[in-house]
Amino acid sequence: MQPLHDVILLLVVLTNFWVLGTTRLSATIRATAVQGALLAALPIALYPGFSPHILGLAAGTFAVKAVLLPYLLSRAIREAAVRREIEPLIGFAASMLLGAVAVALAFSVAPRLPLPDLPTRVLVPVSLSTVVIGLLVLTTRSKALTQVVGYLILENGIYVFGLSQVERVPFLVEIGVLLDIFVGVFIMGIVVFHINRDFDSLDSTRLTELRD
Amino acid sequence: MLLFLLILLPVAAGLLAYLGPAPRTRNALLVGTAALHTAGVALLWRRPGLAAAGGWLAVDPLGLTVLTIVSVLFLAVATYALGFLRLERQRGGRVFVTCLLGFLAAASLVALAHHLALVWIGMEATTLSLAPLVFHRHDRRSLEAVWKYLVLSSVGIGLALLGTFFLASAQVQGRPLILEDLVRYAGSLQPGLLRGSFIFLLVGYGTKMGLAPLHAWKPDTYGEAPSLVAGLMAGALTSCAFLGLARAVSIMTAAGQSEFMRPPLLAIGIVSMVVSAAFIIGQTDLKRLLAYSSVEHMGILVLALAIGGVGSYGAMLHLINNGLAKGLTFLAVGNVVIFYRTSEAAAIRGVLQRAPWTGVLLIVGLFAITGSPPFGMFVSELTILGAAIRGGFVWLAVIMIVLLAIIFVGMARMILDVAYGKPAEPGEPAAESRSLIAGPLVLAAIVLMLGLYLPAPLRAVLGEAARALGGSAP
Repeated sequence: MQPLHDVILLLVVLTNFWVLGTTRLSATIRATAVQGALLAALPIALYPGFSPHILGLAAGTFAVKAVLLPYLLSRAIREAAVRREIEPLIGFAASMLLGAVAVALAFSVAPRLPLPDLPTRVLVPVSLSTVVIGLLVLTTRSKALTQVVGYLILENGIYVFGLSQVERVPFLVEIGVLLDIFVGVFIMGIVVFHINRDFDSLDSTRLTELRD
Repeated sequence: MLLFLLILLPVAAGLLAYLGPAPRTRNALLVGTAALHTAGVALLWRRPGLAAAGGWLAVDPLGLTVLTIVSVLFLAVATYALGFLRLERQRGGRVFVTCLLGFLAAASLVALAHHLALVWIGMEATTLSLAPLVFHRHDRRSLEAVWKYLVLSSVGIGLALLGTFFLASAQVQGRPLILEDLVRYAGSLQPGLLRGSFIFLLVGYGTKMGLAPLHAWKPDTYGEAPSLVAGLMAGALTSCAFLGLARAVSIMTAAGQSEFMRPPLLAIGIVSMVVSAAFIIGQTDLKRLLAYSSVEHMGILVLALAIGGVGSYGAMLHLINNGLAKGLTFLAVGNVVIFYRTSEAAAIRGVLQRAPWTGVLLIVGLFAITGSPPFGMFVSELTILGAAIRGGFVWLAVIMIVLLAIIFVGMARMILDVAYGKPAEPGEPAAESRSLIAGPLVLAAIVLMLGLYLPAPLRAVLGEAARALGGSAP
């Protein structure tokens, strides 16, 4: 039996692949909600003992990443006619494959980063591969909404890395970071809404008027 | 107390402005807060070393320099905003004023924070507070600009957060992520993680500075945002981002890693100058021209850091000159856009005739921003070039001089055409209201003064800032 935190970290990687493999926009939003819930459970699994700091972090993460942001994003596309990612720049199978390469690379690079007193050895590779997969989604998908999801995944990867430092970084800082990400995605959601309304499409590839 | 006030006062004023008082009260709130902020910063100059919140907030020469740039530029922009908003009556000035004040609070936080995670929080907040203002016109072009701005800056700043966490995990001694302790115990930082952290911070804060090749958002954003917002971005936001990078540089130098930093800084600096020169030649839009000029100056700043020694002093001086001169040129161009309703250079001729004050400011801005004597930037560029030659970077100095000359020709051609050229049809004289002239005029006076005379206290602070970066005063 693997320890609980390793199981959660594994599930985080699986949600990454869920996003990489799905064509439905609503499914990508659901995947980020599930990933958010997993990330909320992660600090409790990593640092058992129910300190107020850890519980506060878990509650804040759950509220922002599992509830508020997915809700905002699904509101932003409620009226969108397009519900599917039709033509990604890189095919779905290929991007799954690239994701797998990212995970393999992350696991081979991570042991070279000598992090002191980590609760688990999987944390760093999961974090790095999540960051890379987030970047992958952000750069290869054409729908503005999927790009926001990619940004969220990227931030989630960084959050996982941050958990290795949770006892050294004060609660206030974590709340500040969460708040910033919340406002960031909130504004992006508004922009996605406008793109949808003004262009009758969620395609960010149509944004091509500005160039030299 | 004073430190808290500098951050919280704009927050409170911003909230008040959002509650929807009459436009007159709102404007008074904006300018009043800006003036109080500048007064508060002036007080800080008399009390160096002030700290609060257990060392999380503190005043040091680097931060004080950036805070002063932000505060002075913001005051000029705030007075300008009065004239600007009067002409835009149909659109609610409410969000506009609130976002501007939010930016002032966030930028003050960046300048005063000595906890590197707090620096990050402030930096992200500066990005977000200006996003609604980029979208001010609510059309397709500004939509595209704000999208690029948000996505690219968010990813960049996300990587900076990863770099910050790397730095925390490299640390074995001292309070986590407190700047003083990072520098004091720099020798005990784990070198591999420290280097990784520097690369992430360089990419992250470099994106926010708009260093090539991470600058893709910059011309679009500056081109579409209202000119005063673009001026605030080019002068204040980039200075804050530079501060983030400078913090990383001072930790790296203290840890004896200057040799590791130099190649990436040199590469990114040269690429920035080359890219801006390439795009300034043949540019057709005034605001995009200034955006590429901003890429150029960010490149010069990074090169000055790479050169080190007196170059670091030159970087600090250049930071001030760039911040204020960029504000001046963007506000002058802002007037042109108001009078001609476009920033396409081909459609604008004879500004000197139609709007003499603006025309003069535009020409002064051109010479100030291209580093011509007698303006401050001439002195700072000369300092950096001199440091390069004495530091054994003669080749770099040659490259820089050639690129500076190309950029000067490209900018002068467009701006002089716009100022002197004969208009196709004579327009009626423009109404240059006092609030549209006062701000840029004061900025012009300051950059002129900095070229002729550097006050002793300023010189001392810049010298100390240079030492914190591992350099020296001349």
